[in-house]
Formats: sequence, structure tokens, C-alpha cells
Amino acid sequence: MALTAVKTMKNNQTTQTEEVLVYNTKNLNLWYGDHHALKNINLDIKEKDVTAIIGPSGCGKSTYIKTLNRMIDLVPGVKTNGSIEYRGRDIFSKEFLVEELRTRVGMVFQKPNPFPKSIYENIAFGLKIHGIKNKQIINETVEKSLRGAALWDEVKDRIHEPAYGLSGGQQQRLCIARCLALEPDVILMDEPTSALDPVSTLKIEELIQELKEQYSIIIVTHNMQQAARISNKTAFFLNGEVVEFDSTETIFNNPADSRTDDYISGRFG
Amino acid sequence: MEKIERIKSEEMIGRIDSRLVKNKVVKSIFFAATVFTSIILIVLLVRILTQGAPYLSWDFLQNFASRRPEQAGIKAAVIGTVWMMSVVIPTAAILGVGTAIYLEEYAKKNAITRWIQMNISNLAGVPSVVFGLLGLTIFVRLFGFGNSVLAAGFTMALLVLPVVIVASQEAIRAVPSELKEASYGLGATKWQTIFRVVLPYAIPGIATGSILAFSRAIGETAPLIVIGIPTFVAFLPSDVFDSFTALPMQIYNWTSRPQIEFHNLAAAGIIILLGVLIVMNSVAVWIRNRYQSR
Repeated sequence: MALTAVKTMKNNQTTQTEEVLVYNTKNLNLWYGDHHALKNINLDIKEKDVTAIIGPSGCGKSTYIKTLNRMIDLVPGVKTNGSIEYRGRDIFSKEFLVEELRTRVGMVFQKPNPFPKSIYENIAFGLKIHGIKNKQIINETVEKSLRGAALWDEVKDRIHEPAYGLSGGQQQRLCIARCLALEPDVILMDEPTSALDPVSTLKIEELIQELKEQYSIIIVTHNMQQAARISNKTAFFLNGEVVEFDSTETIFNNPADSRTDDYISGRFG
Repeated sequence: MEKIERIKSEEMIGRIDSRLVKNKVVKSIFFAATVFTSIILIVLLVRILTQGAPYLSWDFLQNFASRRPEQAGIKAAVIGTVWMMSVVIPTAAILGVGTAIYLEEYAKKNAITRWIQMNISNLAGVPSVVFGLLGLTIFVRLFGFGNSVLAAGFTMALLVLPVVIVASQEAIRAVPSELKEASYGLGATKWQTIFRVVLPYAIPGIATGSILAFSRAIGETAPLIVIGIPTFVAFLPSDVFDSFTALPMQIYNWTSRPQIEFHNLAAAGIIILLGVLIVMNSVAVWIRNRYQSR
């Protein structure tokens, strides 16, 4: 099984015309001070895939996703080596400005984090910081993004009211809408439903099913059923290493590594 | 396994009485401390009000200093304080908030930053007369501002600067990191994040802390004495390079006169000063309440 996985991965690289990679991680290592948090990560993430990253707490899955848009830079004392290429461009290089990377790659966080502003202003924020002042464009983008995040019908009468008045699930969809407003290429989601109730979680999952038509999605999740439901690729992280990366079907039905099997069948983690 | 001797609940219940006695004694000690403080404050206020209130009048506010107590007024001091604060507030606010932003958002957390931080905190405890000497050396003599509004304003700004910095730092630190992450995650630069996310969130805290610091500058006397601010002034400053007098200087001057009438005038001056301070502190409370409710 592992062998075939390696083979298909090699094929992916050689036949890039068919399957375009958005992220290509090679020998990535990351340290928090002395703590070696990511060990020799090699991972290819394809366009329009929903890639789930699973693993027990402290396995480095959040660290990895935060490295993909360099949010990890905000943590003091982080060192990395190896490379991550976003569409063939080294994200650690000086020429690739982190502001550009984060514009192309949106992020949704663990806890809904809308700004203490109105719903409208939350979405307009991204446009304004990128110098878009045209009111009509902003208005249209706000509506389009809210529709894209399946929130428009619920909030259309009160988009100028504070975002803090929304429920947790609505706030998280607002954060997704805020991200969509910049028309990103990739959306990173760091346990987006861990702070939400089951109904809100379901709505977010349905939303991800719609978004995957247009965006490449990488989602860290604690919830294995969620990974099985929404993703088509799954990476299993353990102690800072990628134990296994394959199609979600294979990971959940026929894992090559016994540790993956133990984890998904609930023997640890 | 060693057998643990069982605790007897009868024994514990027997101790309750003595515990409750201790409880009551401690409570009355704290209550006595509060009463003592309040009484002193009330005595002080009553004395000042009874002494000064009869002298409060429109003339008192409208007249300049005079050798005759019945004609003496506080106009020059009130206007002088306003002039001085118009230098203190922008100077301390710009320097203080700027320093706080740099230390919290830009500076690396290393030994040098920690050293600067420690010195700022220590500076807040330096006696005001030392700041007076600093102002005398630098602003009055070196820069040649003389005993002007500018020299006093800069000196007072330096005096309150550490408090403004520390208060602003605390307000900036209280901004949730999730909000900053949201901003950075959308591709915002550091300055955009500071300007659009950090500052709007921190402004109420910065304003509250700063106003309390500024009210200290209004009441300080020692630095003004050291830099040689005159006490008998019968004119208003026309620009920041003019000489002036301030409320605490006027009060200080009146209390050091032999005639009892001047002591009463000083009390009236103190009432004005207290009024200004109450207004400023109320503004601080108002800002805090207004923004907390969002």
C-alpha cells in the first residue's frame, strides 16, 4: 500500500500538467526554541483538493498549517529549514512578500475572530487594507462573500450591526466570508469547528463541500469523522512527522501504517 | 500501607467559634482603616470648603494676582495651567503612545528591551523635583526657553511620560492576539494592523491611563518651583515662549503669605484645582464605561 502511495505521488510530480500542486513541502523542519516540532515533512497538496490534517494534540498539525501562510512568524523563537513552495515559489524567500502570500492564501482560525466592527466592515476590512476604496465594489464584494459563505440570507437585514451579535457558527462563517472577499486561491482552516456546536459544525462542513469547487482547502481537524466526511486527501501527523498521506478513503479503510490504524480506530489520541 | 488516623469532625466543629472570632476581629481592623482614611479626607475637604468657599466668586476667577487679598484672583493661574497642559498633553501623548507601540509591537523581546522597560518603570518613581532639575538644565538653560510655558510643559510631559507609556503598553497588550492574527491573515502589514485593529481596541485604555497621568501634571508644584516659574503674574501668556504661572504655584504662593486672607484664597484656589481634577477623572471614567459596554 505504502509503495503504491509513493508511486502515485511520484507520478503527480512528473505529470504536473494534469494535477497542479498548490503546495510542495520538502524536508521541512521547524523548531520552537529547542523543541523540534516538525520533522522532515514532505507533503504535496493538489489544487482543488480538500486536504485534511489529522493527529493527536501536539503532533504539529496546527504548526504546519500556520507555516503554510507564515503565521508562524508571529511566534518568537521559531526556526525553520527545508522548503515550502506555493505554486513553485519558495514562501520563505525574500522576494515572496508575506503580505502577498497571506492575500493569496486565506486563513480561518480555531476560534471565530471577527473584528469588533459591523458585519459589513469585517468583510470590507480586507479590501480596504489592499487599497480598494470604491464603495460599489466593496458593497458588491460584501454581498458576494456573504452569499459565498452561506450567511447572506441570515444577515442581509443587519449587515451594519456589530458582528459580535452573531452566534458562534455565524461568526465563523463571517470569518470565512471575510477570507473569500479577497478571492484567495487556498483556504487554510485550523480546526474551524472545534469551538462550535454540532448544528453549526454541520453548516460549516456543508459550506466546505461548496467551497471546494472553487478553492483548494487545507483543514486541520481533531474530529476524524469530519476528516472522513469532507476531505479527499488525509495526512496523519504524529510527533511532528507525517506518518501517512494518502486519499482519505485509503487512510480510513486501508491504512498502510499500523499507527494510523491505531489512531483512526481510536486506540490513542 | 500505613494507617492514617481519621480526622474527628467533632474536634473540627469545636474550633468554629474561635475561627469566627478571628474573622470578626480582622473585619473590624479593615473597617477601622477605611473609617480613618475617610475621616481624614472629609476633614480636609470640609476645612478647605469652609475656608475657601466664601472667596469663590466671578471676580476671583476674573482677577489677576494682587497685593490686596480682596482684589486677588486666579485668572493668570487658571489660564497658565491651560497653556501648560496644551503643551503637556500632545507631547506626552505622542511620545508615550509611540514608545508603547514600539515596545509592544516592534521591539524584539531581548535583554535591551527588558532593560529599557525596567528603566521606564523606575522613572515613574523618580521624585518630581528631579524632573524639575532636568527641566532646568535642559529646557530652561540649554535650549534657552527660560521660565516659559514651553519649558514647564516639556518638563511636566517628561514627568508623566513613564505613566503614559506603561498605561498605553498595558492597553496594547490587552488587545486579543486573535484579532491581530485575523488582520495579518488577510495580508495586512504591521502598521495597518496597528492602526486599524490594535489602536482602536486600545484607545479607551490609553485615554483613561493618560488622563489620570495628565491630572498629576496639573497638581505638581515642585518641578515648577525648580524651573523658576513666577508666582506673581499679572498678565496672560501670548505664546508658549511667554512666562506664566500655574494653579499649584499660585496656591503655594498664597499659603506662604502671612495674612490669613491669603490662606483663605489658597483654599479657594484648591477648590478650583480639585474641580479641574474631578472633571478630568470623570472624563476618564466616562471613556472607560462608554467603550467597555461595546
